[in-house]
Amino acid sequence: MSGHRLEDLLRELAPQVLGTVARHFGDFDSAEDAVQEAMLAAARQWPESGVPDSPRGWLVRVASRRMTDHLRSEQARRRREMIATVAAPKDALLAPAPDEITHQDDDSLAVLFMCCHPILTPASAIALTLRAVGGLTTAEIAGAFLVPEPTMAQRISRAKQRIKASGARFTMPGEQDRGNRLASVLHVLYLIFNEGYTASSGDALHRTDLTAEAIRLARMLHATLPGEGEVAGLLALMLLTDARRAARTDEDGFLVPLPDQRRELWNRALVTEGTTLLTGTLGAGPVGPYQIQAAIAAVHDEAPSADETDWPQILALYETLERIAPSPMITLNRAVAVAMVHGPRAGLALLGTLNDDERMASSHRLAATRGHLLELAGDIDGARECYQRAARMTASRPEQHYLSLRAARLG
Amino acid sequence: MKYMLMMVGPKREWDEMADWSADDIKANIRFMQEFNDGLVESGELVDAQGLTGPEQAKVVQAQPGGPPVVTDGPFPETKEFLAGYWIVDVESEERAIEIAGQASASPGRGGAPAQVPVEVRPIGEAPSVDT
Repeated sequence: MSGHRLEDLLRELAPQVLGTVARHFGDFDSAEDAVQEAMLAAARQWPESGVPDSPRGWLVRVASRRMTDHLRSEQARRRREMIATVAAPKDALLAPAPDEITHQDDDSLAVLFMCCHPILTPASAIALTLRAVGGLTTAEIAGAFLVPEPTMAQRISRAKQRIKASGARFTMPGEQDRGNRLASVLHVLYLIFNEGYTASSGDALHRTDLTAEAIRLARMLHATLPGEGEVAGLLALMLLTDARRAARTDEDGFLVPLPDQRRELWNRALVTEGTTLLTGTLGAGPVGPYQIQAAIAAVHDEAPSADETDWPQILALYETLERIAPSPMITLNRAVAVAMVHGPRAGLALLGTLNDDERMASSHRLAATRGHLLELAGDIDGARECYQRAARMTASRPEQHYLSLRAARLG
Repeated sequence: MKYMLMMVGPKREWDEMADWSADDIKANIRFMQEFNDGLVESGELVDAQGLTGPEQAKVVQAQPGGPPVVTDGPFPETKEFLAGYWIVDVESEERAIEIAGQASASPGRGGAPAQVPVEVRPIGEAPSVDT
């Protein structure tokens, strides 16, 4: 087995093994450490000794042995007192019975729900999810977010402490809680995707591909919950957005805006997959924000050229989106659609309603969008000034370069 | 030895960047990317960051017996501000100065060296072992 396939196998098994071990010992925190150690042992041993007949059983056994060692150690005894509320089964030394193997999908899902628990800050939930569900090492996650490894290790450790202190049980959320908890999971996956997507440029060469990781996790979630429209919607949104990746930067690494992208570079297979997924969700229950955003992405992806974009349909979708999930960012996007349908002055009027919105005060997007609409309206001086202002405000270097160039091209 | 190289320019220079052509901006970006790549290659780069404009800045100052005072930028009284920095780990101060000189020669308007001043400051290190 090649190193690459071995890594894929380990990362696929990671949340299943963790789910089993955590359920068995009733201690998510220590189980997470034990599974990391088992994974490292496998990565060391399997290339030489070969992959065992039951890789999953091997990992569960090794992780369980580590757990037992932990529980025996002095430090673990103190910790055990702290987790006295969580029942530790008596047969902690034993590997799980074979019939438990069938729980593996549920276990992976329970791990994902645990890592995206609403008591965690998004930054902690993202880090914990990438490690416990994604099977990435702390060093890889630290590299992806450009923070020192000890900082990331601490962030993960605190997240686990927080879960433990909250008394959250390692079980699937009940019916009542499920909607909220699933929304948290989707939000975390969406943030991981966005981090990868907006950073995917020159400066980010050595970063782990968070976009691919978010898509992998969303695929896993969709495979487990095929009937959830918003899960399919989020996966579709990711695929329909990622389809444009190759066209999003030019050969020098500069950002290319949607209207100027070479559409023949778009990944048609991803567009088709995303559109099919999205279509499959329609008519099956209420439509949520991810499905609508995926629909907007699909309208862009299906237009043969920028000029042939169906803006009235995009505007209608933004209106619906704003009704069910209002936010200033959605108003901002709707203003662009309004401008394309009813003219730039109408779009600028809508943008004006965001001027006093506290949530937009430190965002460069308001100035960038205003620059774009002023340019469409023929106010070149006003547009230049807005682009320059936006360029100074953004913390993203690729965007800063892009906005400076937009301003400079106006002469 | 570690040094921090700070690109500290008067606000006027930052404002003048607004008059650069698209080609000037591209040339500057390319220079910086290649410059940083070179420092990675030579094993000397620890960190390099560009900062957002002074509009995004806030100054926080503790007050006796009360919450700290937070002042929003830009600060009209500030004549110079930090545009970005490098932290390099180099053999000698001469080498740090050489790197700073290259950074200061980054192309500006019309491709001429922008001549932004770069301040070179040694970073505090652990005391040397007594022998």
